[in-house]
Amino acid sequence: MISKLFDRLQHIGSATLKSFQRLGNGTVFLFKVIGSSYGLLLRPMQLVRQMYSVGVQTMIIIVVAGLFVGMVMSLQSYYTLVDFGAEDSVGVMVALSLLRELGPVVTALLFAGRAGSALTAEIGLMKATEQLSGMEMMAVNPMQRVIAPRFVAGVISMPMLALIFSAVGILGGSLVAVELLGLDSGAYWSQTQDKVDLYEDIYNGIIKSLVFGVVAVWIAVFEGYDCVPTSEGLGQATTRTVVHSSLAILFLDFILTALMFSK
Amino acid sequence: MSEILVKIRDLHFSRGDRKIFDGLSLDIPRQGITAIMGPSGTGKTTLLKLIGGQLTPDQGTVEVDGQNVHQLSTAKLFELRKRMGMLFQSGALLTDLSVFENVAYPLREHTRLDNAMIRHLVLLKLNAVGLRGAADMMPSELSGGMSRRVALARAIALDPMMIMYDEPFTGQDPISMGVLVSLIRELNSALDVCSIVVSHDVPDTLSISDLVHFISAGKVVESGTPEQLQESRADWTHQFVHGDADGPVPFHYPARPIMEDLYG
Repeated sequence: MISKLFDRLQHIGSATLKSFQRLGNGTVFLFKVIGSSYGLLLRPMQLVRQMYSVGVQTMIIIVVAGLFVGMVMSLQSYYTLVDFGAEDSVGVMVALSLLRELGPVVTALLFAGRAGSALTAEIGLMKATEQLSGMEMMAVNPMQRVIAPRFVAGVISMPMLALIFSAVGILGGSLVAVELLGLDSGAYWSQTQDKVDLYEDIYNGIIKSLVFGVVAVWIAVFEGYDCVPTSEGLGQATTRTVVHSSLAILFLDFILTALMFSK
Repeated sequence: MSEILVKIRDLHFSRGDRKIFDGLSLDIPRQGITAIMGPSGTGKTTLLKLIGGQLTPDQGTVEVDGQNVHQLSTAKLFELRKRMGMLFQSGALLTDLSVFENVAYPLREHTRLDNAMIRHLVLLKLNAVGLRGAADMMPSELSGGMSRRVALARAIALDPMMIMYDEPFTGQDPISMGVLVSLIRELNSALDVCSIVVSHDVPDTLSISDLVHFISAGKVVESGTPEQLQESRADWTHQFVHGDADGPVPFHYPARPIMEDLYG
């Protein structure tokens, strides 16, 4: 009985140690990636190619999701606000929710699922097929040529995608509010313009999405680079990317919201 | 024997609790083909990675061209690697680049040659391995043997002083095997380089090697010319060269006596 208890304790202890060791390895990896990123100044086309694959190819899902989230937000806000005769504020409600919260968070979650998992799978497969080893033996640093372009492209793309998500969401909201529910278009847009603050709402949203971008891409490239180079290991790494990124994004959102919007 | 290019002394290396090398020492001459042979799982590929500085030993030294590989700075190690070519078992071609661009890759990375010169060099290297006509193909369109030949063209792109071949004959049909065997021999003579072939394919490897090291249980068991090893009376060498099912490497994995297992 006691030995079983000790076994369990030992198991918990070693699992905790492993997690911390992995976190440490991941942090060292992050610094190495940042240190390797300067080479992109000399090879901007590498960055452009990756921005196309990480950013542009993620845009369709972001635009469609943004449109529907904005439309749903508009409907829900209308149903609540109409009881108080405040339906003219639907635009403000939609815009603030999107710019402050839903834009950065939902974009980051979709980004982790679409681009993050693809990054992990791509890098992991390169490792499994010895392409990364091959580069090292050709005296080419894979950190500079493979990891850094994908990392920087992801970090730059995230805020842009979040802004596109919010913009399309606000448009979708206006579509429902004005065309479907019959609200005044002038009221929708003028109230939105009046209440949305450049610094407090838009800049804070961009900062949030930048932080989420760093975390989501960091997890994705690290999981790919660190994966066990087998089909099972690759599958697990891809799953971990989506799960860990999503949890990290939600946790960080709480922290950032508490810091940014406390009165 | 010609000058020594790779000198390994008292090499110890473990993966987790498993000891791969336990005081391994061997020399590889600057010219000719040296084969490193042994059963699967003896760490032959690991040895190549230790020579290339991709892994770090627990103890011992690996010197290549007089430089201790594991004490070099990253920049110096990369300089040394530009003079090493390595042919991976899988070919390790970059899958998003064409055959031409794969061979051009090290030239574009490490030289300032213009496109016309790079084109000439790449086509010459591809011609040397008989695949000039496949320059525009993608790696996914190549057979296993062709991938290895393209990888070989890439490995010699920078005219290295040594080429390491990791299991070049595994999984090849007889024709591809014949092509690779003659390519390794011919390239070695034409480029006058040090070739290190890691393999467990006895007849083909012995047919092209000038010197052979047999490794087992983390140490060199026997070294010599192919003729000397084929006539060796040492039990282990005899079993390996002739492919005997039982011998110093037992047929049965260590286990309890069978009667004990069957009847308790």
